[in-house]
Amino acid sequence: MNDDEPLIRWQWIADHTAELADYTGIHLRLGLLPVLFGLIISVPLGILCHRWRWLYPPVLTVSNIMYSVPSLALFMIFVRYTGLTEQTVMIPLTLYTLSVLVPNVVDGLASVPEPVRLAATAMGFGAVRRVIQVELPIAVPVVIAGVRVAAVSSISLVAVGQLIGQGGLGYYITRGLQLDFPTPILTAIVLIMLLALATDALLVLAQRLLTPWSRNKVTSA
Amino acid sequence: MNDFLNQMELVGDWLTSSAQWQGDEGIPQRLLEHLTYSGLSLLFAAVIGLAFGLLVGHTGRGAFAVASVANLARAIPTFGLVVLVVTLAGLSTAPVLVALVALAVPPILINTFEGVRGVDPAARDAARGVGMTEWEILTRVEVPMALPLILLGLRVAAIQVVATATVAAYPGLGGLGRYIVDGLSRNDYELVIGGSAVVVALALIVQVLFTGLRRVVVSPGLRAPASSKS
Repeated sequence: MNDDEPLIRWQWIADHTAELADYTGIHLRLGLLPVLFGLIISVPLGILCHRWRWLYPPVLTVSNIMYSVPSLALFMIFVRYTGLTEQTVMIPLTLYTLSVLVPNVVDGLASVPEPVRLAATAMGFGAVRRVIQVELPIAVPVVIAGVRVAAVSSISLVAVGQLIGQGGLGYYITRGLQLDFPTPILTAIVLIMLLALATDALLVLAQRLLTPWSRNKVTSA
Repeated sequence: MNDFLNQMELVGDWLTSSAQWQGDEGIPQRLLEHLTYSGLSLLFAAVIGLAFGLLVGHTGRGAFAVASVANLARAIPTFGLVVLVVTLAGLSTAPVLVALVALAVPPILINTFEGVRGVDPAARDAARGVGMTEWEILTRVEVPMALPLILLGLRVAAIQVVATATVAAYPGLGGLGRYIVDGLSRNDYELVIGGSAVVVALALIVQVLFTGLRRVVVSPGLRAPASSKS
């Protein structure tokens, strides 16, 4: 890099606002849809693992192994099947969320006090209705704690997808390296962090709205 | 499925061919680079994460700051940080270390803090009652009781670091990611999968090491089921 190149050229940002907004939208989609899909998979899977405990260790082992596969490698494996498309980034990110979300769904369900479960049964709730109407709502704080971790890491991992041409704001990171120009890289990092932190804040808000009874209690991650 | 099996066979060939096991481009050399990046950053992250986690967990002051810092660090895109530091400071080990330390601190910090804070206040009171100093309470009561969670944090950090150190290869640094990035640019699938297989094996070894470590260092009285946070 030239020594007289400033860390950030504000003019560049001003010139690229529309384009930056487009990539921000793409980034948000690539980062958050996997969390949604992950949740759709994890909730039923977590319920099954809670009900049949023998299922939990193998599910946990598989999702932990998934998690240790480098994102770059997982993207590459899927390129073969889904090409250089958005799915190729979103499928691995979805798989990563499972290693956080499934344990949190199971822990959340385990946090339901036994008397509550018994009371619901005594009131005539069947197994399915009891899970949906009583146990899942009580599990919400623990599940959301997992969703927060999953969403923040998913948003920051999207950038790696740029190596297969689908990285949302990651575009500016590789571009900046090619041009030896730090402004786009720094801008992308700051925008990605802002997206992650804003999402995190919204999830905290969602939890407050979903669990009005726990508003005064501190829930740990 | 046949396609998949063929691929696995080619990857097997790649992994077992003798050319992969010698020289500057060989697996041992790349593995050494990878372990250097991972080991050093984990060491730095452990020093930072343990120091602040123990301090804040013991005093109970600064809990909000710890949670915010960990959250902020989690939001940093590792890939972006590596590239930024390379652009600013040139190619060296530093960019990888900076980015990986930022990645590894949050799990260590949060779990250490939660572990120490979660110690039964009665145990702490009892320790104070028998005349232990604050330092003794920390090292002889709180740390042993928090050890399962501290080890969990270190394990999560280690696995993330080992898997993520692969991004170092993109701006031209070494490590096992070299195979993945080179394979990508040459469209050489075996190279990508072979390189990934070594990384996954490394992550599994880390997992096994921590399981073993847990058996050895955690007090028998605390050997409750894994990953419980209560």
